[in-house]
Amino acid sequence: MTALLTAEDVVVRFHTKKGVVHAVDGVSLQLEEGEVLAVVGESGSGKTVFTRRVMGLVAGGRGTEVAGSVTFDGTVLTELSGKELSRFWGAEIALILQDPMTSLNPVKRIGEQLTESIVLHERVPKREALARAVELLRSVGLSEPERRVRQYPHELSGGMRQRVTIAIALSCSPRLLLADEPTTALDVTVQAQILDLLADLQARLGMAMLLVTHDLRVVRSRSDRIAVMYAGRIVETAPTATLFAQPRMPYTEALMNAVPPLSGPNHTRLQVIPGRPPDLLHPPSGCRFSPRCPLAQDRCLTEEPPLRDAGSAEHRYRCWFPVGSPEWSQARARNLERGVSAAGTPLTDEKVLT
Amino acid sequence: MADTLSAPPTTTAAGPATRRGGSRRFAVRRVRKRLTHLLLVLLAVTFLSFVVVDLLPGDAAVVVAGDNATPEQVQQVREELQLDRPVLVRYVDWLGGVVTGDLGRSFRTGQPVVEALAQRIPVTFEITIIAQLLALLVAVPLAVYSAYRPGGLVDRTSMTIGFGAAAMPTFVFGMVLIVLFAGGVSSILPATGYTSFFEDPVENIRSIILPCLTLMIAEAAVYRQLLRSDMVSTLQEDFILMARSKGLGPARILFRHALRPSSFSLITLSGVNIGRLLGGTVIVETLFAIPGLGQLIVQAVFNRDYMILQGALLFVAVAYVVINMLIDLLYLALDPRVRRDA
Repeated sequence: MTALLTAEDVVVRFHTKKGVVHAVDGVSLQLEEGEVLAVVGESGSGKTVFTRRVMGLVAGGRGTEVAGSVTFDGTVLTELSGKELSRFWGAEIALILQDPMTSLNPVKRIGEQLTESIVLHERVPKREALARAVELLRSVGLSEPERRVRQYPHELSGGMRQRVTIAIALSCSPRLLLADEPTTALDVTVQAQILDLLADLQARLGMAMLLVTHDLRVVRSRSDRIAVMYAGRIVETAPTATLFAQPRMPYTEALMNAVPPLSGPNHTRLQVIPGRPPDLLHPPSGCRFSPRCPLAQDRCLTEEPPLRDAGSAEHRYRCWFPVGSPEWSQARARNLERGVSAAGTPLTDEKVLT
Repeated sequence: MADTLSAPPTTTAAGPATRRGGSRRFAVRRVRKRLTHLLLVLLAVTFLSFVVVDLLPGDAAVVVAGDNATPEQVQQVREELQLDRPVLVRYVDWLGGVVTGDLGRSFRTGQPVVEALAQRIPVTFEITIIAQLLALLVAVPLAVYSAYRPGGLVDRTSMTIGFGAAAMPTFVFGMVLIVLFAGGVSSILPATGYTSFFEDPVENIRSIILPCLTLMIAEAAVYRQLLRSDMVSTLQEDFILMARSKGLGPARILFRHALRPSSFSLITLSGVNIGRLLGGTVIVETLFAIPGLGQLIVQAVFNRDYMILQGALLFVAVAYVVINMLIDLLYLALDPRVRRDA
């Protein structure tokens, strides 16, 4: 089966006054038709830049260096000119941004923002496009769609606005939807509604979706596969169920432990990941996660582990001491004994025992 | 599933008063507020100018009576012009006239002030408006393209020229234009004078080209700089990224998505400038010998022609407030968000 989207060794570097920011550093992944792939990582892991590079919204030139290739349904997007690319934008590949408060034009009516891409890509008259817009708004669960098309964004709540941006993204029936933290800026109560709406529309329209988030819980029941990103690299990728059942990379495990469990006793202490997200100006040598990893050994500081298979090609990870392996037990025991990881991160029982 | 979609739980829009009828009502309220404002401003401006003019050294009666007048003649003139009465009485008297549309007569020529203003205002108005339009016509495309390619050739060139133009005194530029087009290098345009549009439209256009160019150049430079920087920051907004991701072309994104949200400070500044220029563009009017409001005011000051001066100042104040009111209404039209915060 050929993939709908193939990203190969995608690199994005920003040359700034302070130095070179290695935002995305050799990311490869594939997405099948109709599949939901979640890209998970902390802020600064490069997931947003990666999605924009996939689409071509981040391009080379003017201090931005890009490499690698992105292929969409047989077309190599990374070889296209801006003008050729824009024929795919909105029509074949659509984007939803994080904050619906800023992603809609404040001085244009909802209807106009919805119809412009329909008119552009499908070449239908404005009246017909407006009727489609009303239908779209209805399908994303907005009440009184006939009234909404005449309203301005500031007259809608955050959840309603995100429904509008979803309607815009879906207006030309794209085959690939890139959702960049679609619920991060929303109220908790609205988040689930929007995610369920997205999942429902995705299933109904059969489009593929790249769901970018920093919250593993969000994607647990709403994705087929997960790719965990750290410091511009994929550090673990697996089918969703496998990843949750058996994370191999300590970072993935740490992400899971950093959110409250769904079941279990109340007042369980959450485990924070020590340190800060990596400085992309000076990425750590060796394993990128080693400065923060409680299991880090000397080898982790000097040698970067490759992305290797865990039993099947479906599940791949980057770690010298994968969680659950005998090496991992030894590394854990050694670090616990000396009370500090090889990188000098102090650790307590709490942080290592899972 | 259809049930959950057709009855979503979060659909609380802002109040119903924000729809179209509401915004019209809002505009009316705003105009009313501005008009009240206008009255207060006019009272303050005219009273202050009355008092200040009265405090000016020199005596109107002496100036009007002429150099060789005897003290008796001066006294006679003073009584004729009623300058012997206290300033407050004269002000109230003048104000009474204003309400009935009578602005008095010139001390020197006896010409009704309304008539003098009616001759001068159209001249200044024409030059001001055309200069503004030219400035915007030049500045907006340059600013938009500069913002689209910041640091590019167009941006850098227009910035350098603009800084030079803004730094150069108006009259220097005016004289350069005269040398170039009216007598020096070529003589295709008149250097001085003004012809009314109704007398000879072609000659009218020819006579205002140089004054308008002189006025617009510095304005265009400032407008370009202002709109460019506002537009550069608008282009960083998420909704521009969103517009790009829809596949819209650069022209549509720049003019249909970015220009309007970027134009608010430009409009404000343009309004202030129109108001200021309507009050007279003394230097340009003097340089090109144009019978505009600025000249009238300067002459009135020198001649102690208080009635003319009062009338002109009244017009300037009204023009200023009215222009700003129009700008205010323009905001309402351009930015739907303004319609809400009252």
